[in-house]
Amino acid sequence: MTDIADVALHARPRSAAREALAALWARSHIRGCMIVTALYLLVAIAGYAHLLPDSEATVGDAQQPPSWHLATLLGTDLLGRSVLWRVLAGAQTAVTIGVATTALAVPLGTALGLAAGYFGGWVDAGVNWVYSVVVSVPDILLITAISYAMGKGLESMCVAIAATSWVGIMRLVRGEVMKHKNSDYVLAARSLGAGSRRIMFSEILPNVAHVAIVTSSLVLLAAVKGEVILTYLGLGIQDGASGGLLIAGASQDLTNEIWAPLAGTVAAMFLLIYSLSSIGDALRDVLDPRVA
Amino acid sequence: MGAYIVRRLLQAVPTVFGVALLTFLLFNAFGPDPVRTALGNHATPEAMANLRHQWGLDQSLPLQFLDFLRQIATFDYGKSFVTGDDLGTQLKAGALVSLSVTMPPFVFGGIVNVAIALFITRHRDGVVDKAARALFIAAMSVSALVYVLALQYLLAFKLDWFPINGYEGGWAAVKYLGLPWLIQLLLLMGPDIRLYRTLFLADINADWVRTARSKGAGEGRVLFRHVLPNAWIPIITQNVTTIPFLILGSFLMERFFSIPGIGNLTIDALSRGDLPILKAVTVLGAMALVAFNLLNDLLYALADPRVRLS
Repeated sequence: MTDIADVALHARPRSAAREALAALWARSHIRGCMIVTALYLLVAIAGYAHLLPDSEATVGDAQQPPSWHLATLLGTDLLGRSVLWRVLAGAQTAVTIGVATTALAVPLGTALGLAAGYFGGWVDAGVNWVYSVVVSVPDILLITAISYAMGKGLESMCVAIAATSWVGIMRLVRGEVMKHKNSDYVLAARSLGAGSRRIMFSEILPNVAHVAIVTSSLVLLAAVKGEVILTYLGLGIQDGASGGLLIAGASQDLTNEIWAPLAGTVAAMFLLIYSLSSIGDALRDVLDPRVA
Repeated sequence: MGAYIVRRLLQAVPTVFGVALLTFLLFNAFGPDPVRTALGNHATPEAMANLRHQWGLDQSLPLQFLDFLRQIATFDYGKSFVTGDDLGTQLKAGALVSLSVTMPPFVFGGIVNVAIALFITRHRDGVVDKAARALFIAAMSVSALVYVLALQYLLAFKLDWFPINGYEGGWAAVKYLGLPWLIQLLLLMGPDIRLYRTLFLADINADWVRTARSKGAGEGRVLFRHVLPNAWIPIITQNVTTIPFLILGSFLMERFFSIPGIGNLTIDALSRGDLPILKAVTVLGAMALVAFNLLNDLLYALADPRVRLS
């Protein structure tokens, strides 16, 4: 083992985030999940860069069985479109929904949690009132209401899922901030003349960020899983390719004994959701000191 | 106790007011015009004005909001835009149907899953536990929609054990509910057993459990006499706060199997722009959630003498 004094004197301190990432990477199972997630991210980027084949183009006859050509590896759908290309486009949609929802919910929840926890008083009362209103409405009803107000589609679904998920992050961050705001390091920063904004964002935020990171993995997962159900209920994606649309479409093929589209879509969604939930569990183990 | 209940109910007033405001804003202020949805794009201005008046949408927004608050206070949500039926009757019927869909698997599943979780905890870190954990993570990574599809295909379409979908009132409903019950039982297993296992394991090395072990209590006695009684409290918490969602019904099951519960009612109302139903369901759902949270806290205090209501 390295001499402790040596480390303390010469090693550069590593940030908590880098240490967590290293701890995740050290587990071969999680490493695999991270690689799979990165591949989905690449598919999404390739989709936006127009590097993926057109998922709406006709590549053959209707409901062609799978064959050893890349385009018809999973067969074709009722309109002769490649199921594989549509599964890739569906993966792009899933990643988009996950990222967009997380990008809405996590900053909102963190900012409001920071403000409520730090300032207390009427700011806290106001944020908590909004919190109590939002958690009182069952998620599915809030999502229904938002999709009515905004019109059905990808944007409104992301806003709706984000609207139901920022509350948990806010509550956790608020609790952590309240624990930290009277600690010595905050007092030290204040006596050095740091203002509220500096103390909140440069001093407290890095110490409570792990809470936001762990819950953001849950938001991501909820968004990807939620899309399938919401789309099936008619509240989500209306056209193009997505997990929900593909599974609902593949169910029509089932009655004709055609399994490949359903199997392909389910496998693609499974890999993404399984990887995300494994990473989420591992993140919680690594970042949350309360969990053994 | 009485003072506590009164204070909690008073605290709920601003929350319910906020829910009413949010609901009203989303449906009446920001949402599309229900008159246009009902009459289509080629309606005459007179017809639209008539319907708008009939539905009370020609009043100013603040007046409409006051009317909505009056409805909430009197539990009288008026009539459906589309069918003209009284909402109270419609929602009561829907809630009963929803409960008949969700309640049996909830109760039966709760008992079975606690038992399975106890068994898994008894054999923690053994083969059964590890296999179950891996299986549940994998099984929960498949969308609920896929289970619904696959089981309908297999059990209704292929094996003909259940009708494909549909619903009848009265005892005949059981025939149609069998498959939704079975699917919900399966869907509940993963999350429930994982939760219960975590709850049991949280206490497995507690001081009083160690004391019991050192007095010679076997693993079975430890689980049933020392771990389980203490775990009842979070189990009650989990289950009491689920009840409003049971009344709300399973949107997926009701939609998929065409069962006329609250979930189906809501989705239909959404596509028809039937605002009274949508607003009533949203506010009543929120009020049920608030009420059952209060009930849960009271039960919590009854079950755990360490908890003081203050």
